[in-house]
Amino acid sequence: MSGARKGPTFIQLAPWIYTAALFLLWEGAVRLFDLPVTFLPAPTRIAEAIVQYWGPIWTNSLQTLYTTLLGFVLAMVGGLAIGLLIGWSRSIYAGLYPLMIGFNAIPKVAVVPILIIWFGIGSIPAIITAFLISFFPIVVNVATGLATIEPETEDILRALGAKKMDIMIKVGIPRSMPYFFASLKVAITLAFVGSVLSETVGSNTGLGNMMAAAQSRFNVPLVFAGLVMLAIEGIVMYAIMAWVERRMTGWAHRSSM
Amino acid sequence: MHLVNIDDVEMRYGGPEGTLAVSGLNVKMDRGEFVAVVGPSGCGKSTLMKLTTGLQRPQKGAVVVAGQEVTKPISIVGMAFQNPIMLPWRTTLDNILLPLEIVEKHRRRIRTHRKEYIERAEHLLELVGLKGFGPKYPWQLSGGMQQRANLCRALIHEPELLMLDEPFGALDAFTREELWCVIRDLHAESDVTVMLVTHDLRESAFLADRILVLSARPGRVIADHRVPFERPRNLDLLFDNDFNHLVQDLHAEIARARDAA
Repeated sequence: MSGARKGPTFIQLAPWIYTAALFLLWEGAVRLFDLPVTFLPAPTRIAEAIVQYWGPIWTNSLQTLYTTLLGFVLAMVGGLAIGLLIGWSRSIYAGLYPLMIGFNAIPKVAVVPILIIWFGIGSIPAIITAFLISFFPIVVNVATGLATIEPETEDILRALGAKKMDIMIKVGIPRSMPYFFASLKVAITLAFVGSVLSETVGSNTGLGNMMAAAQSRFNVPLVFAGLVMLAIEGIVMYAIMAWVERRMTGWAHRSSM
Repeated sequence: MHLVNIDDVEMRYGGPEGTLAVSGLNVKMDRGEFVAVVGPSGCGKSTLMKLTTGLQRPQKGAVVVAGQEVTKPISIVGMAFQNPIMLPWRTTLDNILLPLEIVEKHRRRIRTHRKEYIERAEHLLELVGLKGFGPKYPWQLSGGMQQRANLCRALIHEPELLMLDEPFGALDAFTREELWCVIRDLHAESDVTVMLVTHDLRESAFLADRILVLSARPGRVIADHRVPFERPRNLDLLFDNDFNHLVQDLHAEIARARDAA
């Protein structure tokens, strides 16, 4: 019994232990091979940079978080709506799906200059890029949830006189919710990719811009400081989405209950 | 006046060149009657169900239920399939109440008369031996219990016609026999008309008043047996000689129908 009690505590500690091990290994390697700071700064050097530049790092982190979240929320609302729409009607699905695959295949880095031409340098291109890149997985997941309703369920409800709307509300939407919330975890990390990409290509704010500027001055510790901040933001947002998923659709994760 | 009258019906799937599922199909069911439908696999048993409930419309012939030609789904039916398909985000009780949120007659009343409907659901749960399981989620129930709850859902809106499509196919022999008795009692207690589609000949002989044997595709009725056993029947009947003769006759007929195909 004591072995069973030790298990979960080690599992709970494992993320911290592994992270600490990674940084120790990194620190050790940098010292052992005496790597120049312009090539790979040690974690301690990065920590120093974070402290030294805390002011700009903090404002830029908030800026990136803001554009990412705004783009993500738009993707969430739009993705849910489009996903329900193409799950609703086969003809809308047939027409819209190839278009969306095409849009998704376009490298977003090629879209950013166009967005800058349209909206100018600022937050809007970053928000739109975050939206564009995180939109697709949400749509696909919601549509999948709707497409996999058991035909018998539909038969039973239709035999009772259910309209398409009834089946959507009673079965389709609740059924696609686990797919939707699972896709949010993927979408939020992609949203960061989009906003930072846009900030790097053309912006005067945000972590992407800060890292691009630091790189041009060979301030490599600051570049890595930006990466660490992004990783932290990404993990926190992912954890929040995972928590929301468990809260909203606990019934789909019954094995852990 | 028959409750169900299927008259010379033909049904083909997938356009003029598609599969002919049933042809020259005639079925009549009296009110309160328990009719079992057996036959080789792919004989159009499920098509028969879909035609009767209005989920499919025949290309030829007419389907009349309760004096009206069936042109769209009719809400006087309750259905139960082999797969109990409970919605996992609803409790068993809420699953059972689901049809009431759909059927025109009840959907306006369910908000205001919820208590009365819950009482009805709990009465049904008690009948099928699931008293007190209403607040449990479907995945907390065993397969046999889910199928019991499925029966409650099929009956909650007091359908005139209960359609059962191999409801016990996935259950073990003992659970199946228990549920035969549940169905028998439900039928005895109400005046519901039942159509049971099944592969299990003993099931059909134990439960039904009449057994229809369908031919291989395209399906039509090739034999119509009146089951002579007195009601109420109990499980001892399964070991009765006459019962076994009937099952053997059915078996032989289906084997012939398969060979003929």
